[in-house]
Amino acid sequence: MSGDATVSPLDRKLLRDLWRIKGQAAAIGAVIAVGVLLLVMMTGLVTSLDETRQAYYERYRLADVFAPVTRAPDSVIDELAALPGVAAAEGRVAGYALVDLEGVDLPIQARVVSLPDFEAPRLNDVFLTGGRSLDPANPDEILLLKGFADARDIRPGESLDVTIRGAQRAFRVVGLVQAPEFLYVTAPGELAPDDARYAVIWMSRATAGAAYDMEGAFNEALISLARDASEPAVLEAVDRVVEPYGGLGAYGLEDHLSDRYVSEEINGLRGTSTIVPPLFLAVAAFLLYIVVSRMVQAEREQIGLMKAFGYTNLEVGAHYFKLILFIAIGGAIVGCLAGIAAGRGMVVLYLQYYKFPFLLFELRPSSFILGFLVSVCAASAGGLLVLRGVFALTPAVAMRPPAPADYSRTGRVGQAIARLLDQPSRMVMRRVTRQPLRMGGAVLGIAAGMALAAAMTSVMSGFGRTMDLNFNVIDRSDLTVSFTDPKSDKTILELQRIPGVIEVEPVRNVSVVLRNGLMTHRGAVGGRVMNPRLNRAVTRDLEGIEMRKEGVILANSLADKLEIAPGEVLTVEVREGRQPVLHLPVIGTTESLLGSPAYMEIDALNRALREPNRVSGASLRIDSARSDAIYRELKDMPAVAAVSLKEDARASLQELMDSGAGAMRYVMAGIAFIITFGIVYNSARIAQAERERDLASLRVLGFSKGEAAFVLLGELAVVMFVALPVGALLGYALSFGIAAGFSSDLYQIPATFGRADFGTAVLAVLGASIASGWLVKRDVDRLELVSALKTRE
Amino acid sequence: MTNFDQSDRSLDCAYRTQGLTKIYGEGAAAVHALRGVDLEIPAGEIVVLLGPSGSGKSTLLNIIGGLDRGTEGTVWFRDQELSAISDADLTRYRRDNVGFVFQFYNLMPSLTARENVELVTEIAEGSMESGEALELVGLHERTDHFPAQLSGGEQQRVAIARAVAKRPKVLFCDEPTGALDSTTGRTVLKVLKDVNETLGSTVLIVTHAAATAGMAHRVIHFADGDIREIEENETRLDPEEIEW
Repeated sequence: MSGDATVSPLDRKLLRDLWRIKGQAAAIGAVIAVGVLLLVMMTGLVTSLDETRQAYYERYRLADVFAPVTRAPDSVIDELAALPGVAAAEGRVAGYALVDLEGVDLPIQARVVSLPDFEAPRLNDVFLTGGRSLDPANPDEILLLKGFADARDIRPGESLDVTIRGAQRAFRVVGLVQAPEFLYVTAPGELAPDDARYAVIWMSRATAGAAYDMEGAFNEALISLARDASEPAVLEAVDRVVEPYGGLGAYGLEDHLSDRYVSEEINGLRGTSTIVPPLFLAVAAFLLYIVVSRMVQAEREQIGLMKAFGYTNLEVGAHYFKLILFIAIGGAIVGCLAGIAAGRGMVVLYLQYYKFPFLLFELRPSSFILGFLVSVCAASAGGLLVLRGVFALTPAVAMRPPAPADYSRTGRVGQAIARLLDQPSRMVMRRVTRQPLRMGGAVLGIAAGMALAAAMTSVMSGFGRTMDLNFNVIDRSDLTVSFTDPKSDKTILELQRIPGVIEVEPVRNVSVVLRNGLMTHRGAVGGRVMNPRLNRAVTRDLEGIEMRKEGVILANSLADKLEIAPGEVLTVEVREGRQPVLHLPVIGTTESLLGSPAYMEIDALNRALREPNRVSGASLRIDSARSDAIYRELKDMPAVAAVSLKEDARASLQELMDSGAGAMRYVMAGIAFIITFGIVYNSARIAQAERERDLASLRVLGFSKGEAAFVLLGELAVVMFVALPVGALLGYALSFGIAAGFSSDLYQIPATFGRADFGTAVLAVLGASIASGWLVKRDVDRLELVSALKTRE
Repeated sequence: MTNFDQSDRSLDCAYRTQGLTKIYGEGAAAVHALRGVDLEIPAGEIVVLLGPSGSGKSTLLNIIGGLDRGTEGTVWFRDQELSAISDADLTRYRRDNVGFVFQFYNLMPSLTARENVELVTEIAEGSMESGEALELVGLHERTDHFPAQLSGGEQQRVAIARAVAKRPKVLFCDEPTGALDSTTGRTVLKVLKDVNETLGSTVLIVTHAAATAGMAHRVIHFADGDIREIEENETRLDPEEIEW
């Protein structure tokens, strides 16, 4: 080493080399940066969401267990509080309501939740963002969920018309709040949140008690667990206590809708962050290996010379290793910084859907360290292979004229075929077969790009398929009506009588817990008419499935979750009315990509419940020209609890898919195509660099530009055509992983093997090849014959 | 200038240059590789261009071989003005008329000796059989070997076979013995002499091995981008007699 103040000549060479390959170095650095960006952003988001959620829950004392009941006297709360493992218990009144806004034709669904009259709630407190708390002396005061208030532009001090159990009443909004149990808010039966279409109202216990006929009683118990308490044991004990009061089944926080979706999102991010960034880093490692090994190849005389001067293997190796580290660390730094910026941006997006009072993008140092380590390790893996080449070189190579590459072992391969080919084609064939590993690497590289592109286009159309399947094939209604409680099927006739209503199909939805051995699912069974037309169950081939009397039909995803197959018996614990426990055979499965529905023939369901001729809602097809009148009519029907339009549901789901984790698909698809181009272009450039001398020789021998370029581009073409099917297969496999990563409890994204998707990917790869080929050919055309011939490779 | 005069000259004159200049770079950094060279090279001769490195001899060879273009001046090959034709025509000129032999052979490593020769015979008109060309350079065996399996001398002979297979009117050799030992070098020079005699090709050899000059009809001495002297050998040495 030279003195401290001066840069060693090797390091100066390093800087100049970097400058010389700046284009390729930047491209590889960018791939590393993208990988690190995603890693930092996603792990940061996971940390932020997880920790913020935890803090929010603790600060506002979110219950660990929820126990809905039909009606239980307040004294039962003391019984619950005394159970072993229970830290605190509180009863409250909760129920459904409709909000009537001026200028809005459809009634808006709302959930009413009570707050204790004279004290802060022991559990499930709220965070006041504007206005003031309730004055227990004033029964007309309510607090309103901030998201809804913002979406409808309602401010503290304004009045709100609320219909509870058929009676409309004006309340005064005194404050706007957020609450940890409403982080993610959807109307019942809907999957995607829409701030404007669902309200949560808090009122005093006395007011709510009067409105829901719950004076001195509660219909939901909130329970927090003592440290070390066993949740299943507490659930069982709670169920036993509330059973006489119409207990509908206690459930833990993890089954609470809001928390489940947040967990789903966090898990999705965590899953994606372990699959996708490593993919990028692996691609970067591969590219680094190719570029640096090419450089070592080109500089072998210099390496020999350095060794002849007395540099050790390690010193020379370290020189090239530094180059790799330089690119890796550069990429990692850019990736970390961009990751922070992207994470901050994503947080804003998340706050639209997850109503945290605050969400700071926080990074643990471990995210950075991980990003750095992973990128440096990936790059080093590529580098180590290169070092092997450096070590193998002897000083003597500097003194010898270059030996031509040995093709003797490939010469006999396919002599018969070779006889049919002209010499340039033979050159292409031999080159392809000479170093199968190297060619395999190039094929794999391009195939990886193709796979990434194919998988992403496939997943993109998977999103479309999910929407299409649900909103065009399964649900062919225009709107869905839910009743306040199960009504006589005569209500259907009332709906049919509304002018403009073309078709009405009754449904009976029942809350249930499905069990198969240890597998359980909390959801609903949907009773359908024998041959549903508006809201169907469909086969994989999208044919409508006829309901049968004797059993249930499960969504594929639900059957998978419960590990049950047609022919087996499912335990159905009904959580309504008399709460019977039914044992029903599974008679079929249905294709569903939204939620996890289970279906039964409506009469059979009603018979099993011993509640004949009951309906809980209906699907309607209407004349769109008369929709306003129909909405008004529906709004005035006391039986109607909610009306939801298919178009609204579709729009909010689309919006949900286009933001949050779902939005990542656009970013990833963009990156996939850029990477594909990067790999193809790099392969073409490397092939060109390796063949420059041969190409120059051909030109000198009198081959035209096109003929010379054929030798190079022919090789690329062969690699490409091998890579395409390999890439299609890899893409097919990859699409399952990526689709699973994007799928959530909310929606499943199918990994489709659509011809169009793969066609798009093939076109992308071919487009990248043609562009790369053109860029390379341009350079071949400009080849300086003289200087190319002078260089000894 | 009359056509008659032109074609008349072309009968015995392979190349003619007038005021041929080649400048690399610009301004203060400009390097004058050729400074207005006027030269006539008779057809059918072995001509050796001698001179130290950087004297411009290779530059001249590259320009009249159609690999490069001059900055100024004209170059004639027989009745064709090389300095005025398109790139495509220059390729055509190389394909039909010119053979090249280089110091580092420039064989295609992925083709066998025979295939390297066929690379040229496939595209050039009126060329000989690959076997005949290899025979000419004394390689009857090992013709199905790849360059990596051949010695330096053998590789250079394949390169010569490849260059002569098209029966070129001109054979350009840039330091053809530069990478070879003296025995092998002499063999290669002998092949060049044979080609000159059997095919009647004009052979231009660029070298700084002065001894090679002994076998030439004509020796052109180069220095500082211009011709210093042209000597014609009264008696020519046999390649066997050349020492270096």
